Amino acid sequence: MSKTTRDLATAAEPRVESTASLLRELVAHLRQQRAQLREEWARLITEAKLLTAMTKEEIFAEATSVYDNYVEALETGTYEALQAYARNLSERIIPRGVETHEVVGIVLLLRDVLARSLFAKYHEDFNKLNRILDAYEPAANRIAITVAVGFVQERERIIREQQEAIRELSTPVLQVRERLLILPIIGVIDPQRARQLTEQLLRGIRTNRAKVVVLDITGVPYIDSPVANHLVQTVEAARLLGATVIVTGLSPEIAQTLVNIGVDLGKMNTVGDLQGGIEEAERLLGYKVVLTRESATEPA
Amino acid sequence: MQVPILKQGAYLIATVQSALTDEDLKQLRDTLVERVSVVRARGVIVDVTALDVIDSFATRTLRDVAHMIRLRGAETVIVGIQPEVAFSMVKLGLTLEGVATSLDLEEGLAYLDRKGKGPGHEVRTHR
Repeated sequence: MSKTTRDLATAAEPRVESTASLLRELVAHLRQQRAQLREEWARLITEAKLLTAMTKEEIFAEATSVYDNYVEALETGTYEALQAYARNLSERIIPRGVETHEVVGIVLLLRDVLARSLFAKYHEDFNKLNRILDAYEPAANRIAITVAVGFVQERERIIREQQEAIRELSTPVLQVRERLLILPIIGVIDPQRARQLTEQLLRGIRTNRAKVVVLDITGVPYIDSPVANHLVQTVEAARLLGATVIVTGLSPEIAQTLVNIGVDLGKMNTVGDLQGGIEEAERLLGYKVVLTRESATEPA
Repeated sequence: MQVPILKQGAYLIATVQSALTDEDLKQLRDTLVERVSVVRARGVIVDVTALDVIDSFATRTLRDVAHMIRLRGAETVIVGIQPEVAFSMVKLGLTLEGVATSLDLEEGLAYLDRKGKGPGHEVRTHR
């Protein structure tokens, strides 16, 4: 035992230059055993019930390219190509419902499969095995991290994109009459959405030359005080642009929040429901809606 | 930078062309308040479309202008506040209380025309 330790200590000196040659030897071995190790890995993936969203053939095809990329990263010591491949792979498999633990799981499985094969090859020369593993393990861990991070980043990118898309959809600015806009808001208003709402409302006033805006928050269950303040500020900013904002459909909870923050009711123009809001807006604009007798008597 | 003041019918129109110093603002205020009776104007429009920033001093001066002109017997309307400017003003608590505001020059003129006709007239005008 003491001999081995001493051997390791003396071997540590020239290890820096020998790491490259060890990796070369390692890569040659992995290339030679490619078919067998890949088979073994695919079998383990199926056994561990990973990637259940994919067919056996797909798993095998992906396993082949992951294996080749893996060995290439070991050989070149650069991870850019692998990173790009991991991102590309993630892009393809995320829509199919592949989870983070599956991706991390298969990469760790491959690491273990390859490590086992190294054990098998060098088990007679313990020293050599140690040095091979010293060269292999940091590289393998780095590969695992690269793939996992690539996958998570891709997932986050998709989530961000979707959030963006939902936000875009969530605040339509509709013109119902000359100079009259309606903004129906549905769902919870978080600070970011509140900012976007303000932007859309003020810009909408400018582009549509609106004089009255009906902000309908029937579909908003509650708001917190910062958002309530933001809403009041938006109403005041709209006035600076020469437009009146009528807020409709306040829930009891929202009314309470507004009273709690001490909103100046002289500045807030509120009407019970959307219909009342539109009627009030029409009155402000000088419209008069008349029910004509012809259509009233016509059969439906 | 002096602000040009034009007379258009019964109205005075001051169009701000670029950022104003506090001195410029005071001068604008004094000139407008003086000119309004000299030309017997019924309304004053201050166009601030070109301003990217309206700070507390500018807000106070604009409000003072509006109040002083009202005391001199005319109406004032501030036009052309940009959306971003409006929101940052409100964030700072600068709301130009008691001062009429309109989207742009055209709207401002329409506002003064309506005001000039008096309330009795307005009740009858239905579009």
